[in-house]
Amino acid sequence: MNKKVINNINIIAFLLPAMILFIGVLIAPILLSGYYSLFDWNGFGAKTFIGFSNYVELFTSDAIGFIKALCNSLLLAGLSVFVQLPFSLGLALVLGRSIRGERGFLSVFFMPVLISTVVIGQLWLKIYNPSYGILNVFLTRIGLESWTRIWLGTKETALGACFVPTLWQYVGYHMLLMYAGVKSVSPDLREAAKIDGATNGQVNRYIVIPCIKPIIKVSVIFAITGSLKSFDLIYVLTNGGPLHATEVPSTLMIDMLFLRNRYGMGSTIAVMLIVLCFAFALLINKLFKEEA
Amino acid sequence: MAAENEKTLFDMDANKYTIKKTSKVGTVLVYIGLLFWTFINLFPIYWMFTFSLKNNKEIFGENVAGLPKHWLWSNYSSAMKTGHMATYFVNSIIVTVATIIITLIAALMATYAITRLVWKLSKSVNAFFMLGLTIPIHASIVPIYVTLSRIRMLNTYWALIIPYAAFSLAMGILICSGFMGDIPKDLDEAARIDGCGVWGIFIRIIVPLMRPALATIGIYTFLQCWNELMFANVFNSKDQLKTLPVGIQALSGQYTTNWGPIGAALVIATFPTLFAYIFLSRKIQESFIAGAVKG
Repeated sequence: MNKKVINNINIIAFLLPAMILFIGVLIAPILLSGYYSLFDWNGFGAKTFIGFSNYVELFTSDAIGFIKALCNSLLLAGLSVFVQLPFSLGLALVLGRSIRGERGFLSVFFMPVLISTVVIGQLWLKIYNPSYGILNVFLTRIGLESWTRIWLGTKETALGACFVPTLWQYVGYHMLLMYAGVKSVSPDLREAAKIDGATNGQVNRYIVIPCIKPIIKVSVIFAITGSLKSFDLIYVLTNGGPLHATEVPSTLMIDMLFLRNRYGMGSTIAVMLIVLCFAFALLINKLFKEEA
Repeated sequence: MAAENEKTLFDMDANKYTIKKTSKVGTVLVYIGLLFWTFINLFPIYWMFTFSLKNNKEIFGENVAGLPKHWLWSNYSSAMKTGHMATYFVNSIIVTVATIIITLIAALMATYAITRLVWKLSKSVNAFFMLGLTIPIHASIVPIYVTLSRIRMLNTYWALIIPYAAFSLAMGILICSGFMGDIPKDLDEAARIDGCGVWGIFIRIIVPLMRPALATIGIYTFLQCWNELMFANVFNSKDQLKTLPVGIQALSGQYTTNWGPIGAALVIATFPTLFAYIFLSRKIQESFIAGAVKG
């Protein structure tokens, strides 16, 4: 009996630091976010209970523009899944074939992941700068002056201009995950297929890709939830402008909180983000299961 | 056994197969593509480095992409002093190091309880912690902000350290349990027979054997904290407490028309990471893989 009590005390003691952090900073605040989302509240005065009005307003009000912001981030998610990931997979397959310079290429391609998004954003601000940025300077020098734009200041080009660095930065990340998968495919399996006369393309199609499906799934989940959560680059490049053309849910949330002091609505957006992230993660899991 | 731990996916190269059928043209095209992508990845970094050493005249037309004609190191001193980069740098180090220490201690202890001690709910508790992998950092920003301001902890280092540690914890536990599973339980048994209690086993046996895991978690946590913007931006608004990402934002507002010091600031923020990457590229890549593949 005594021993058991001591054992239990030990278990609790070992778990205590992690539990306090985890419950205090993650679990309790999420529940609180859900609670705040039911109120009209400026953060300091009295809260007024309004039920689900925030949610209704979020989805119906054009002034808030949540639907537009959500569409922007879903578009980013789509580009990420259908452009960025296939490109990363291509790089991983090529590098995974043990070609010369494999390690060097891998290390260089992964480098942008390590650089702070703020730094990348500041760099691209300079690249896109209308008068001095290298993009416009380059276009002018090769005689395409008519192609130069105020990239981040024009409604039509701003969203695209924000997406390019976002997609570029994380190619290396997805490539690395897939590369690790490609490398873990047994060489015997490849060799057997090769002896049977399979080409590189066929080996990839019928052996490597099916083997690394679990990793592709993780990549797809990361790409989609990452796009829903995207904040840093957009915040640095345009902060949602011009005229809300590049607004995403996170920039909208920060706006609500710290510009308009609408804490209830800010919490509502936060709750929607959690729900969407979990929903997409479950959906992707299910899709991959059905296909297998 | 330690050697076993350090055997990694990169060692599989030993089994290189040799049958080659690819056409020459194909190979050349592949290399052209790879070199082009290398250029795309390296050019921004090269450009950042060179314009950090130029004056506006060179950046804005005379010499856009070449090496600087006059190496203007004064950009760095103005970024450090007038731009407060020195302060931001120290703040980032304080916050990052403290976060890593807290994450490591909490993750090691929790993992030990979950994987080595015998009790009924260990699996559910583990699943509970793993929820943290999918929870976005945004989810808790409002309540944390409100709470921090109530207890007057906004604008302190702790306002960042505690949330960062909490959000790094799930990954920390995930990586720890992978590594701890490789340590044979016989060791615990032997130590117990020699009279060690659970705390003795933890400190004398487990912790020293977990060194490779500590490095992996440390690297992962470092990159999360060093580059984090949203919390840092909202929770610390005082200049003396800003971390690098927020500081750079402030500095670029201050030097809108003078690009040299901004470039210098970007280099200062990036340099430590890239420098570490040159020496630890495998270890750094592995810590990202460890996090994602096991998840």
